[in-house]
Amino acid sequence: MTDTAAPPLRKKDFSSDQEVRWCPGCGDYAILANVQGIMPSLGIARENLVFVSGIGCAARFPYYMETYGFHSIHGRAPAIATGISATRPDLKVFVVTGDGDALSIGGNHLIHAMRRNANLTILLFNNQIYGLTKGQYSPTSELGKITKSTPMGSLDYPFNPVSVALGAEATFVARSIDNEREHLTDMLTRAAAHEGTAFIEIYQNCNIFNDGAFDAVRKNRPQQIRLEHGQPIRFGADHEFGVALKRTGQLEIVDVASVGEDGLLVHDAHRADPGLAFMLSRLSHTPEGPTPIGLFRQIERPVYGTGLNRQVDAAIARRGRGELADLLAGSDSWVVAG
Amino acid sequence: MTSKTVQQRGTVTIRFAGDSGDGMQLTGNRFTSVSAVLGNDVATLPDFPAEIRAPAGSLPGVSGFQLHFADHDILTPGDAPDVLVAMNPAALKTNVEDLDPGATIIVNSDAFSPGNLRKARYDTNPLEDATLDAFNVISVPLSTLTVGALDDTDLGKKEKERAKNMFALGLMSWMFSRPTEPTIEWVRTKFASQPELAEANITAFTAGFAFGETTELFAHSYEVKPAELPPGRYRQITGNAAIAYGLVAAAECTGLPLFLGGYPITPASDVLHELARLKHFGVRTFQAEDEIAGVGAALGAAFAGNLAATVTSGPGVALKAETIGLAVSVELPLLILNIQRGGPSTGLPTKTEQSDLLQAMYGRNGEAPVPIVAASTPGDCFDAAIEAARIAVTYRTPVFVLSDGYLANGAEPWRIPAVDDLPDLRSAVRFATEPNHDGEFWPFQRDPETLARPWATPGTAGLEHRIGGLEKADGTGNISYDPDNHHRMTELRAAKIARIAETIPPLAVDHVEGARLLVLGWGSTYGPIRAAVRRARADGGLVATAHLRHLNPFPSNLGDVLRSYDRVLVPEMNAGQLRRLLRADFLVDVHGYHRVSGLPFTTAELVDAISHELKGLS
Ligand code: SF4
Repeated sequence: MTDTAAPPLRKKDFSSDQEVRWCPGCGDYAILANVQGIMPSLGIARENLVFVSGIGCAARFPYYMETYGFHSIHGRAPAIATGISATRPDLKVFVVTGDGDALSIGGNHLIHAMRRNANLTILLFNNQIYGLTKGQYSPTSELGKITKSTPMGSLDYPFNPVSVALGAEATFVARSIDNEREHLTDMLTRAAAHEGTAFIEIYQNCNIFNDGAFDAVRKNRPQQIRLEHGQPIRFGADHEFGVALKRTGQLEIVDVASVGEDGLLVHDAHRADPGLAFMLSRLSHTPEGPTPIGLFRQIERPVYGTGLNRQVDAAIARRGRGELADLLAGSDSWVVAG
Repeated sequence: MTSKTVQQRGTVTIRFAGDSGDGMQLTGNRFTSVSAVLGNDVATLPDFPAEIRAPAGSLPGVSGFQLHFADHDILTPGDAPDVLVAMNPAALKTNVEDLDPGATIIVNSDAFSPGNLRKARYDTNPLEDATLDAFNVISVPLSTLTVGALDDTDLGKKEKERAKNMFALGLMSWMFSRPTEPTIEWVRTKFASQPELAEANITAFTAGFAFGETTELFAHSYEVKPAELPPGRYRQITGNAAIAYGLVAAAECTGLPLFLGGYPITPASDVLHELARLKHFGVRTFQAEDEIAGVGAALGAAFAGNLAATVTSGPGVALKAETIGLAVSVELPLLILNIQRGGPSTGLPTKTEQSDLLQAMYGRNGEAPVPIVAASTPGDCFDAAIEAARIAVTYRTPVFVLSDGYLANGAEPWRIPAVDDLPDLRSAVRFATEPNHDGEFWPFQRDPETLARPWATPGTAGLEHRIGGLEKADGTGNISYDPDNHHRMTELRAAKIARIAETIPPLAVDHVEGARLLVLGWGSTYGPIRAAVRRARADGGLVATAHLRHLNPFPSNLGDVLRSYDRVLVPEMNAGQLRRLLRADFLVDVHGYHRVSGLPFTTAELVDAISHELKGLS
């Protein structure tokens, strides 16, 4: 039904008729608006877009998109989405997930989707808390977090989602923030254009259960580091700090004044080895200290679905399209006469 | 060389037993193939340890392969073997209990060393004391003879000795008058890249055959004439191959590409392996990170318009339960193949059981009915898979196919179906292409006849919609927490599954005049039940029998059938799962016969169970 003469789609063409039900003030609204906003620019027909989610506040996302959508079960979205994207390379498949969904119950599926390089754009809304179940600590909550399930403070060390993605050798790893409109648009657009698994951690404020978790690293705050490919890594109120690679092979925060611009590490997002990107993700384990946002890594690696379909094509090219009658007869049959 | 006399036999059961490394599965399979090609009816029962290589010579390391071949149609792999081939003391020890007095035991006497006797926990050598007096024991130094036959080859002693299973196969081939050519051919093909090894195996094989002819140990050989099977072209098939072919056939019948999401698990992995080889049929297989992802990817593929399946065993089904519930809720076609094994938990991975029926029936949260189709013989796995696909696609529902370890690995001659006779299921697919409600698309507006919802795949312009596990409003499919709507949707989902019964043939009963006892079975007990009923009838018992292919929903005449007999006996390799369902549904006092030993029922025990019930009626 797509008519070549049809007017180009606009943002509102991607918003469904469903009433959005997040808490007023939730960071999810800004992300939804941003995602809807980039859709027309992708140049992909609406019917070829699929949003898959698991369970949690973020997982309601597909209902608000006027595309194909699948709100599945807790943690399993990457697996379900892999089945869609691997068999239908004509589709653009997004996974929308949260920190609990992706890194706790669904951790296994997440790392394997990235290892496999399934053709998925994974948006992880990290609010460092369980929202939908009303405020338990999550696998990204800071150590010692006091919640209803941890009245004396959480005991387990949190995940840093970007470190996890780099550890799984995802081919596209980025971080952005819910209300940094231009930055998020840029990251989303680049992720959507990536072939293979593109992973974006989006810091998302849950104003009900974990308000202000990312205040230290929001726009114009001195702890935010903006990664730009090919640029020396600088940050601070007056860009007075930088990141340098020490002789020991470790990264260190330095005064630009003392080492000079030349002494700074120049960010290379396309290094084959994920090691440096990983070190950047470790500058601060949680978003309180110096925290990079932007594109950590983007490389090319064969895409799972492409390989799967190529094997099918190659088998058909080599052996001819299978004949069911031949398969059933096998190579060792005999006749019983009537 | 005087040629020995040949005696006719109607039916023979042989068991090959040895170390896991002795090649017993291969030997048994080879003997089966030759027998099938000769025209005998055959049924097999491989029995291997769960460990890949338990210590050599130990009791847990024994691997067995039983085969039954006959000049008439047979239904089981046989109860007690007529001949046991025991390659070492452990094989003797673990199998001798299954023999009736008078049975023949052929042992590899070379293997009865003090060390091996100790590993098999024999205090004295059973070949030298009275342990085996009830049997006809034939001691053959298989290792020595094999090594001797291979004197002229360049192989090392170990390699020479390894060919002893071929010597044994040759000997058995002579004993039962099997042709040698097919096996020689087969060895040549199998070892095409190692001609030296091929020749060594052939030499050992022919030496075994010649040994039978010349030795004084055997007075005569036997012959089993071809059976009278329905005319047609036949092949041997295992249940796992048949179920894989059934999926490929179902994909052709529906015109959909096949996607299989799986995770390695015994005894189901061979289905994954088989399908992975069939890429030229457009088959896509996905070995997932776990069972949950296997079924998850399959459900995603179903949403995307594939004929989607996942294959596993009971522990895997437990992990997949939540996704199967999601498939019930989003109403997409999905095939779940459960190759059942002994449970609970890890249980008996390599042994058979049919104890996942209630798991298939009820193993999900909420009211989540799933149709269940069960296969009754290895070859029937093919038809069961196609029938499950018909239901799944027509009614947009997940469907269970229940097979088990016995069917999975057991083989039988299978009359190759004609492709033209397979059902055309393309009209059941009917992807949605147009809005269906005043210019809008309602993903949960049902077909009034089947109650199935439309299947609109991504890529279809104008039908963009969202599905999910939350309750949906009848019709629009929007999220709904409305109390009455939830009740209505629950009833609709149940009614949809119940309606499948309208397309299921009525249960056919094999009745005899005057029978007051019905023996009812499901799944792989088909063979043993039929064999037992046949024998009971031969003894004058008036017994009717029937076998269920559909466990959910049941065929619509089932209640009437049950109520038309004074007594119903349901033998099951579980603690009475179908029996429980029948009692609950029909208020009939069904009796059961249950045993879970990891092995199929013997005909004899079912004959006893039947005669017990007949006595109770008189
Ligand atoms: S609970 Fe938190 S994350 Fe969930 S909708 Fe409300 S504000 Fe947003």
